[in-house]
Amino acid sequence: MFSKRISAALAGATALSLALAACGDGGGSSSSSGDTVTSLSILDYYNNDPDKTLVQQGLDACASQLGITLQRETVPGDTLIQKVLQQASSKTLPDVLMLDNPDVQQIAATGALAPLNEMGLSGDGFAQGIVDAGSYDGKLYGLAPVTNTIALFYNTKILADEGVQPPKTWDELKAAAKKLTKPGRYGMAFNANATYEGSWQFLPPMWTNGGDETDLTSPQVAEALQLWVDLVQSGSASKSVINWTQGDVKDQFVAGKAAMMVNGPWNIPSLNETPQVKWEVVQFPVNKTGQTPIAPLGGEAWTVPLNKEQAKQQKAADFVKCLTSDENEMRWAKSRFTVPTRTALGPEHVKEVPSMKAFSEQVANARSRTGKLGDKWPDAAKVIYQAIQLALTGQATAQDAFKKASGG
Amino acid sequence: MVHAPTLTKAGTSDAPSAEPSRRRRGRRHRGEDLTKILFVLPAAAAMIALFGYPVVKNLLMSLQDYTLKTFFTGAAPFVGLDNYVAVVEHQLFSKAMVNTALFTIGSIVFQFVIGLALALFFNKRFALGGILRSLLLLPWLLPLIVSSATWRSILEQDSGILNRSLAWLGVIDEPVPWLNSPSFALIAVIGVNIWIGIPFNVTLLYSGLKEIPGELYEAGALDGATGWNAFRHITWPNLRAVASVLLMLGVVYTVKVLDVILGMTGGGPANATQTLATQSYERSFIDFKFGQGAALSNILIAISLVFAVLYLRGTRRAVDE
Repeated sequence: MFSKRISAALAGATALSLALAACGDGGGSSSSSGDTVTSLSILDYYNNDPDKTLVQQGLDACASQLGITLQRETVPGDTLIQKVLQQASSKTLPDVLMLDNPDVQQIAATGALAPLNEMGLSGDGFAQGIVDAGSYDGKLYGLAPVTNTIALFYNTKILADEGVQPPKTWDELKAAAKKLTKPGRYGMAFNANATYEGSWQFLPPMWTNGGDETDLTSPQVAEALQLWVDLVQSGSASKSVINWTQGDVKDQFVAGKAAMMVNGPWNIPSLNETPQVKWEVVQFPVNKTGQTPIAPLGGEAWTVPLNKEQAKQQKAADFVKCLTSDENEMRWAKSRFTVPTRTALGPEHVKEVPSMKAFSEQVANARSRTGKLGDKWPDAAKVIYQAIQLALTGQATAQDAFKKASGG
Repeated sequence: MVHAPTLTKAGTSDAPSAEPSRRRRGRRHRGEDLTKILFVLPAAAAMIALFGYPVVKNLLMSLQDYTLKTFFTGAAPFVGLDNYVAVVEHQLFSKAMVNTALFTIGSIVFQFVIGLALALFFNKRFALGGILRSLLLLPWLLPLIVSSATWRSILEQDSGILNRSLAWLGVIDEPVPWLNSPSFALIAVIGVNIWIGIPFNVTLLYSGLKEIPGELYEAGALDGATGWNAFRHITWPNLRAVASVLLMLGVVYTVKVLDVILGMTGGGPANATQTLATQSYERSFIDFKFGQGAALSNILIAISLVFAVLYLRGTRRAVDE
């Protein structure tokens, strides 16, 4: 009898607490579905300093402007998509979500994101490539406040010692790389590994030469691949480029084992930590004079996942609008060595951060990876990096590599 | 299913019991049955949650068009065996199969032979033997991602310590492209996996050797069985049970090795080190074709299962004998 009474009491207590919890839940949602949204949750992958702190400053500024508090979560870059998938299946996506720009269309295609242009944002004044990357089916789903790209870094001391001018054409690049190669040092370093990063690094030669991801078997693309092959086969670049990450490339450059490298401005803070290594940046060389260097746009876009609470979704859109305001773009461009995506800010930015000049020029003509193929870009990117691997390991010629890689 | 026989057995044993005490004993029996079930329940629940559910889910997933979209909309249409057809017809499938076989056989043979040699060596008593044997465990204790990153730098073509040492010793003239050449990469990866697996083999074989009674060797020695003969007629037959467990576990562990390969080559260069496991990973987490990834991992499970069945039949025969 006694135990029965206890269990009854327990059951009662459980029911009560469930009811209370339900009440609490209902109260919470009803209060925030009014017009007082007091906090937003954010997910991004800036999990390392200095970026983590610098991004936080921009987020905080916008939060105080909108009078809200933030719950920010940061995860390592390569786990972001897995995290998003977990949250999507458990319906716990954040209010504001950062995505790498080539992923925006893929995620937008799943129907998870809210169109920003229906909430008072627009792509007017932004670089076209940025709008392309953030759009899917004619709607704007993500906007990047700042962007980056890749260009050619060179070690000023080594080039001066060898009497080499920074190359402007591919022939000059090959000649320079050869002349700069000495025992224990390669003239050139780049990343040709079997990941999307390897494809991204191949885009400057491919696009500059008029190649296109919609037709990878074109002679222009093959010529670009031949450049990578020539650099490796002549011994001007290490055979290990097929395994290097961009981080490895930077390490080689910092250690003086590479005189030039293809890399992005996010390396500038760590390059500045070794002041004895003096460097400059130029745009990626062209194959024939008259061509314009075209590089891929990097950087991350901010998106707003669909939210049942309209007010919260609108607030999140307002927050993204604030992040892409002139003020915040300049803040992040200056502190994080990136390029503002509002084209009007370009000249002022270069004046204030002269080391970003080459990147700023390179961005002016840059394209987004998903601009033409949309959410089919990953398939093309995979063919690109596999073709590079085949050609650099001598399993196919530059002419045949793309055909072989696409299974033809 | 597990509980059903227990219940019926209890029911039948109840029937012939004497009339007066029937109710009391029945109740006690029911109580005992309940206890039995309760004892089994945690294990059964754990099995279903941790083993049954993933296997069933994986089987279902391999029959579905399970993509990025599925996570958001929950829609995953059934596509029959399309995923299996797609993965088997893929241009890398046969290569991945061959690589998986080479990787598994190469790893196991050398792990076992070297492990056995070392176990026999440490079975003799000598100074510092214990310390050396525990040092031998180190590769096993390191996180795999650490070992593979370390080996990546050791095997680096230009500045890696292995090529430098070999050149200094005059063994090679040109640096060996361990991880940069499609013809060497698989060998390098197998080599590192052998290095990782040796401690496990040594440990199990060593304990197997310790189980063999010394009297057998003494008796054998009287009959003239020493050295190779002692190994062949005393050590090996007594070690067979341990060895077969070891080989079976070895196959199951090695077929699915992923981290070592991902950490060292990522399946490259030019797909030279792609195995079923790396392909499955790539389909699921790079291409987001989770259905195809699941199909590949089911093929892997099937292969492991074949070896598990072979092992079970082998041990049953041993018992029968």
